[in-house]
Amino acid sequence: MTNHFPRDEQETSAIIRDASEKGILLSLSGQSTKAEMGRPNQTDASISSSALTGITLYEPAEMVISAHSGTPVSEVVRTLAGKGQELPFEPMDYRPLLGTKAEPTIGAVAAMNLSGPRRIMAGAARDSLIGVRFVNGRGDVVKSGGRVMKNVTGLDLVKLMAGSWGTLGFLTEVTFKVLPKQERMTTLVLRGLKDAQAVEALSQALGSPYDVTGAAHIPGRDRPGASTLIRLEGFSVSVDYRLGELRRLLKRFGGSTDVLEGRGAEAVWQSVRDATVLTNGADRAIWRVSTAPTKGPEFTKRIAQSIEAQWFYDWGGGLIWISTPLSGGAGSSVLREATQELGGHATLVRAPAETRSAIDVFEPQNETLMTLTKGIKASFDPSGILNPGRMYAGV
Amino acid sequence: MTIAFPKPDEAILARRKDIIEGLSRLVASEALIVSEDERRAFETDGLTAYRQMPLAVVLPSSTEEVSAIMRFCHEHGVKVVPRGAGTSLCGGAIPQEDAIVLGVAKMNRVLDVNFEGRTARVQSGITNLGISQAVAYEGFFYAPDPSSQLACTIAGNIAMNSGGAHCLKYGVTTNNLLGVTMVLLDGTVVEIGGEHLDSPGYDLLGLICGSEGQLSVVTEAVVRILRSAEGARPALFGFEKVEDAGACVAAIIGAGIIPVALEYMDKPAIQICEAFAHAGYPLEVEAMLIVEVEGSDQEIDDMLRRIVAIAEPFKPKTMKVSQSEAESAAIWKGRKSAFGATGRVADYICMDGTIPTGQLPYVLKRIDEIVKSYGLAVANVFHAGDGNLHPLVMFNTNVPGEMEKAEKAGEDILKLCVEVGGCLTGEHGVGIEKRDLMTYQFSETDLAQQMRVRGVFDPRWLLNPAKVFPLEGRLAA
Repeated sequence: MTNHFPRDEQETSAIIRDASEKGILLSLSGQSTKAEMGRPNQTDASISSSALTGITLYEPAEMVISAHSGTPVSEVVRTLAGKGQELPFEPMDYRPLLGTKAEPTIGAVAAMNLSGPRRIMAGAARDSLIGVRFVNGRGDVVKSGGRVMKNVTGLDLVKLMAGSWGTLGFLTEVTFKVLPKQERMTTLVLRGLKDAQAVEALSQALGSPYDVTGAAHIPGRDRPGASTLIRLEGFSVSVDYRLGELRRLLKRFGGSTDVLEGRGAEAVWQSVRDATVLTNGADRAIWRVSTAPTKGPEFTKRIAQSIEAQWFYDWGGGLIWISTPLSGGAGSSVLREATQELGGHATLVRAPAETRSAIDVFEPQNETLMTLTKGIKASFDPSGILNPGRMYAGV
Repeated sequence: MTIAFPKPDEAILARRKDIIEGLSRLVASEALIVSEDERRAFETDGLTAYRQMPLAVVLPSSTEEVSAIMRFCHEHGVKVVPRGAGTSLCGGAIPQEDAIVLGVAKMNRVLDVNFEGRTARVQSGITNLGISQAVAYEGFFYAPDPSSQLACTIAGNIAMNSGGAHCLKYGVTTNNLLGVTMVLLDGTVVEIGGEHLDSPGYDLLGLICGSEGQLSVVTEAVVRILRSAEGARPALFGFEKVEDAGACVAAIIGAGIIPVALEYMDKPAIQICEAFAHAGYPLEVEAMLIVEVEGSDQEIDDMLRRIVAIAEPFKPKTMKVSQSEAESAAIWKGRKSAFGATGRVADYICMDGTIPTGQLPYVLKRIDEIVKSYGLAVANVFHAGDGNLHPLVMFNTNVPGEMEKAEKAGEDILKLCVEVGGCLTGEHGVGIEKRDLMTYQFSETDLAQQMRVRGVFDPRWLLNPAKVFPLEGRLAA
C-alpha cells in the first residue's frame, strides 16, 4: 500500500489525477486519529495532509484565519489564543473516546464538521467555515468561498465539503471566521432533575435573552447525582447580571444549585464536548444522535425500554450521546426506529470494524436523497476513488 | 443595458397556447396569469432597468401544486423562473420570454411554532418580517433582517442566502435555516433537515441556501427563532479621516466586543440621509460609524462606555450615545433610508461587494477615483464589521449613456473587491447583474465544479437558467 504525503497543492493534484486515471482507491486522512470512524472501506493507497501544514493568514481585526489542512488544531487554537480569540464552534476532540494519540488536524474539523457545546449559540464548524481549497476526484484544484465572512457568490460548495468526510475532495486549505474569547465563563448547575424536567429548564434558559452558550444535562446513576449545566460567557459585569436573572428564571425547578467557574468549569465542558462523560469501558458502542431538543427525553426513554443504555444530553437536549452494548447490532434498530418516528439522525461514532460493517454508520437516507447524494459524489469524484464507501455504500 | 439575455426558444414560444392550456389544468384559474397587462407586474424585480415578459405566471397555493407545475415543465421542456416577492437587487427573479414565472407569494402561512424548541415552520412565501411578527408575542424574532424585510419572502432569502445589518452577531440565512421542503424539477418533493441541528449526510441544506433558484423550488422552511435581547441602543461616531473610522472598528473587535451592528457611512451618504431623515448626523465629517449593542440597560451602558473609551484615541469629531428610544430610532432611520434617500436625489445602482476590512481606506479611495473617472458620484454605506460594501453609484437616466457608465463603474468596483481578496456579492446574489463577472472571482475549474453540482439537479438548464453562470461555456453535469 502506497502512502502519499504531498507537500503542496500541485503534488496533491498530481497524485489524485494519477489515481483517478488508474482507478486507484484512496484513503484520505490527516493524522488518522479518527481512522476508526465511519464505514470500514477497502482502498489501494492513502493520502495524508500531514505534510501540508502552516497557518497561511491570520487577521485578528478581520476575525479570520486560514491554514493548510494538515495544521494541528492545537496550533490554530494556540495562535488564536495569542490574540484573545477562538474557534466559535468549540471543535470536539475524538481522541479520548477513540483512544488515539496523534495531533488532530484542522482539515478534519472541516471535513467532519466537528462542533461542540457552543454550537447551539455560535453555529457548527460549517457555519464558521468561510472558505476552502480542495482537490476533487479528477485532480482539479478548486476553491469555494474565500476569506470574507459575507459571501454569496456562486453555489456554496464550502457547505458540501463540510461534513463530507473526504468523499468529495481532499482539502488543502481551510478558512474560518473566528470570535473574541470572552472575558469570563461561568456555569449554573441545577442538581437532581429528571431528564424531562432538565430539558424543560434548558429550553427556558435557551429561550431567555441571556445568550446561553452551553446547555447540557448529565443524568446521575441516581437522581440526586444528575446535573444540568447552563453556561454563560461574556464580560464579567454581564455574566454576573445574567447569572442572577437565570437563577430567578429557573427557581421553579427547585433543587439545589451551584455555580462552577474556572478550571473546574472548563473541565466539565471539555468532558461534555468530548463525550468523556460516557467513557465507561471501551467494549461499548457510542452513538451521537441529533434530534429536536424537546424530543430528547422521549428518545432516550424509548431506547431504555428496549436495551440497556447510558446517555447524556448537550445542545439543550437536541444532541444525545448514547452508549450501548455491542451485541445485537449495538442497538441500531431501536435507535433508527426512534429517529424515524421522532425525527433527527443517529451516527455510530465508536464501534469495532465488524460492527461498523454490519450496520449503517450514518443515518440511512431515502431513495431521493440517496440519488442526489450519489449524483453529487459523481460530480466531484466521477471515478469514485476518494474515501469510497466511508459514508454510504457506493458513495 | 449591457447585460444580455439568452435568445428565447422559438419552439416554446410557438407552443405558448398549449403550455397555458396544460397549466390551467393544474391550478385554479385565478392562479394562472396570462394577459399581457397582468403579466407586466412580473416582468422585472428590484433591478428595474431590465425587464422581460414571461410566457405566463403561476401562483400555486400548495407544495402539491408546485410539484405538478414542475413536473409539467420538466416533461414539456419549459423553463421556470422561481419568484418570491420580486425584490432581488441583482435581477434574480427577472423572467425570460420562454419561461414561466412560478411565484410562491400566495403560500404565506405559518404552519407551526415551537417556542420551547425555538423553531418555526412556515410556507416559503411568508415575508421575512412576517415570521418575526408571528413569534413576537412571546418575545421571539427571526434574526436575518435584509432591508427589504417588509416585502421579501423567506423563499427569496433562502435562494439568495440573505443577510442584513445584524448578521455580525446572528449570522445570515444559512446559519438560521434548519430545514426545507423543496420540489425538484421532475416534481419530486424532498424534505431536508427538520427541527434538529446538522445534516446526517452531505449538507444539502447548505447547498440549497444561496443557489438562486437553480436547484429546486423551496415551498416550506423550518427556521430558528431567537429570544429578542432585553434592549438595544446605538452610538454614533464621526471621524475626520476614513482611516480613523477603519482603525476604530478594528480596535472595537480587538477588545473582544462584537456589537450587534456596526455600520459605516461616508460623507456623501451622511449628507443624503441627513437631508431626508433629519437624524442629527454630523455633516462635516468624512466617515461615520453607527455601533449598536444589546442587553439590559446596565449592560448596554457598560458596553457603550467601553466603546467610547476605545474610540477616543481616534479623536472622533462627534460622539453621541443614544439616550432614548426616539434618538435610537432617528439614528437608524437615517441609515435604513440610505437607498430611498439616494433615490430622491439621483438614479443609482447599488453594488454589494465584500472586502477584507483592513483594505477599507484603500478601497474607498479607489472607488472614488473609479466613479470620478466616469464623471459620476458615489455614496458609500457599508456593514463595517464584515466588510460588505454598498456603494451607490449615482447617475441620471435622462442623460443618454450615463446608466451604462454607472454599470461600468460598478463593474470596476466589483473587480476591485475581488482584487483585494474579497468577493462580488456579500448578500444580494449574482443574478443576471454579476453573472458575467463570475470569471473574475472563479477559475474555469471552480465554475465547472459548481456547474457539475448544478447539473445533478437540473441537467437541461430549465431552472432560472439565465442567471449566475456566464452564458458561454455551460456544462450539464
